[in-house]
Amino acid sequence: MSALADGLGQLRRYPSAVAGIAIIAALLAIAAWAVIAIPYGSALELWRGGAQWQQYPVNARPAWVNWFRTSSLPATQRVTSDPATVAVEEYPGARRLVIPIELDYAHREFPSELNLFIDAAYLELEPFLRMTWYTPDARAIPLGGRRVSRAERISISQDLALERRLDALPHVALFADPAVEGRPRALPGRYRLEIEAVVFEPDATLGATLVSYGRVHGLAGTDHQRRDLLVALLWGTPVALAFGLIAAVGTTLTTLFIAAAGVWFGGWLDAFIQRITEVNMILPVLPILVMVGTLYSTSIWLMLGVVVAFGIFSASIKMYRAMLLPIREAPYIEAARAYGVGNTRMILRYMIPRILPVLIPGFVTLIPSFVFLEASLAVLGLGDPELPTWGKVMNDAQSESALYHGYYYWVMGPAVLLMLTGLGFAMLGFALDRIFNPRLRMI
Amino acid sequence: MSERATLPAARWGRLRDLRRIMLFTLLRLGGLLLTVTIGVYLTILIANMGGQVDELRIVQIRSTIADAVRANPAFASMPLDERQALVEGQVQQEIVRLRLDQPFIQRSFDYLWQAMRLDLGRAEQMHSDSGSREVAAIIVERLPATLLLFGTANFLVFFTSIFVALYLSRRYGSLLDRIVIALAPSSAAPGWFYGIFLILIFAFIYPFLPPGGMVRAPPPEDRLTYALSVLQHMVLPVGAMFLSSIFISIYSWRTFFLIHASEDYVEMARAKGLPSSQIELRYVLRPTLPPIVTSFALMLIGLWGGAIILEQVFNWPGLGSLAFRAIGFRDTPVIIASVVIFAYLLAITVFLLDVIYALLDPRVKLGGGGR
Repeated sequence: MSALADGLGQLRRYPSAVAGIAIIAALLAIAAWAVIAIPYGSALELWRGGAQWQQYPVNARPAWVNWFRTSSLPATQRVTSDPATVAVEEYPGARRLVIPIELDYAHREFPSELNLFIDAAYLELEPFLRMTWYTPDARAIPLGGRRVSRAERISISQDLALERRLDALPHVALFADPAVEGRPRALPGRYRLEIEAVVFEPDATLGATLVSYGRVHGLAGTDHQRRDLLVALLWGTPVALAFGLIAAVGTTLTTLFIAAAGVWFGGWLDAFIQRITEVNMILPVLPILVMVGTLYSTSIWLMLGVVVAFGIFSASIKMYRAMLLPIREAPYIEAARAYGVGNTRMILRYMIPRILPVLIPGFVTLIPSFVFLEASLAVLGLGDPELPTWGKVMNDAQSESALYHGYYYWVMGPAVLLMLTGLGFAMLGFALDRIFNPRLRMI
Repeated sequence: MSERATLPAARWGRLRDLRRIMLFTLLRLGGLLLTVTIGVYLTILIANMGGQVDELRIVQIRSTIADAVRANPAFASMPLDERQALVEGQVQQEIVRLRLDQPFIQRSFDYLWQAMRLDLGRAEQMHSDSGSREVAAIIVERLPATLLLFGTANFLVFFTSIFVALYLSRRYGSLLDRIVIALAPSSAAPGWFYGIFLILIFAFIYPFLPPGGMVRAPPPEDRLTYALSVLQHMVLPVGAMFLSSIFISIYSWRTFFLIHASEDYVEMARAKGLPSSQIELRYVLRPTLPPIVTSFALMLIGLWGGAIILEQVFNWPGLGSLAFRAIGFRDTPVIIASVVIFAYLLAITVFLLDVIYALLDPRVKLGGGGR
């Protein structure tokens, strides 16, 4: 084992190995952080989507795209009404509340959507409200009135009557600068939404949150279901690493053990293993995986099991066998046999450790190939139904024609992470190959 | 047999050699046939999930027929139980047509027998673009697309990498050599992955190549324009495959040649002062021919079946996307057909390689105890 430690010590002399190790360490750190910051249960819950994402924008780009733009894209702004600024007038049988909500808007680009979330408390009689929009240049635009229930979303952007009256998308018309000719630009400044509410019960209250949805969001942007892609990119890391590592360990170790057992016992067992390997080489693994995915379930653990099962009798058995055959005749094996070493011990302690160093590079480069296999299955639409993975993000992007619509970030996020994983392990593996493979060393 | 041996003994010896070769050939062929049979039977079992797919299919048939009957206005006035009977009758007909009434084990051996005779049969759900239900017709229709795309890409990768590798092995340590080594890890990503990047760059950001498909729609009438259009559609997928495998391929061939170039007999030839072209041809390339031939042959079989994902990403109408659709339709005959042809091709190649090895490498003797 000291040869192993010695070889690992030599890694420092290879810049690509150092870079590879740095990438792998960063990925491991991301994976650990993802698992700690977002527990498994809540990651699944978040990725299922739904109402919890309703205050997030649809298909927002990552926030860092603003670094490359002359006019910055807005992020999501949330303003909640302050009870202290509410003016109250009492009438017989009702109260009239005037609730101002002020929004400081600093961009020349328009928000992607504008919604008002109502939080009302009452027993039976629904409050009535009327809204007016005041622009920084002191124009007043009435937004209409309506009854509201306890927790209601008033979608200003999707108000068709308003759209017809303003002759443009509401979130564009409300923010547009009247002085600009041609392509409309937003007018920066302080906007005010005034809500005049009439409540009919003595204890009734009413609060509201105005959400101006951004065109950028966070580090990774959001998808068509308003989900923050960061959740999937973060959680995709441990899933990808676990899949690659378990598959690589599972196939390499079992294959090695079977090859060693075949070589040690020889005879019919060896021949049998050889024949199974040849049969297995004929079976098409990817179509079989696709069959399992369409017919049974697309659970990532089932896929992992199938991958390992078909990887056991892979062509590398032949390679290991070729390496182990001369070792079987080595004097130290003879000596071990002379002092009565058992079969299992002979295979595990005398034969396998001898070729282990030569296998390490192949093992390291095997990991990313399984990571990409998982991504491939997900891109074909056979991703795990619940877990967020990189491949599933790419699959969503593809089925929503992200490239066609110009949402490049949607594809680039998972693709860059996949590429980094592939490069990290491959660079380390190649350097290890040159260290542990004696024939390459002199070259 | 030495020269001192008498003539009859020599002839007897040659006869014995011939018999041994024949015996070895027969054994090898028999073994390969057995391997193919078992592999194909396993695929049949897997493609039907041990017969479980049958129940799935019966449910599917029933719901399709029930929907069709319900949607048909001609049956709207029919009483409920009569309509039920009609549906049931049609379901039974369909079950008999697909032979789902027979036990799966019996059918599985029928499938195997047909598959081994290369009687590919008729598809259950799919049909070729010209409307034929013959599996052979469906496959033959897709074959040219796959062969064209993957043949072009793999030939390009194979020959480019061998020539560049030979060149690099002569001047290893040069800047170009180091660049190739540094780029080799980029091959960790498969072709479809580079495909996505290429589509993004060359079809959307700078749109001068089509993002997918095989020919412009509607297809041009004129032969030349048609070929040009296909060529234009091939650039990105071929580029993706080339990019993903060229560096690793050059790297491994280069290493391979370098290892062989450091053999003693090459040093010897150098010491004799032979020209380097002759050293390369006779002392490096000649002994390394068997592995080169092997990987070339394996590449040729690899063309069969294409690649499911690359074809899906580029929307290429080849065998890979055919297999994907067949699995979606649970169309067993089509799935089995593509596997059985692959298995036969592999077996034939393995056998031919045994023979070619014996011709190329004088150290390998047929029947000499195997490798």
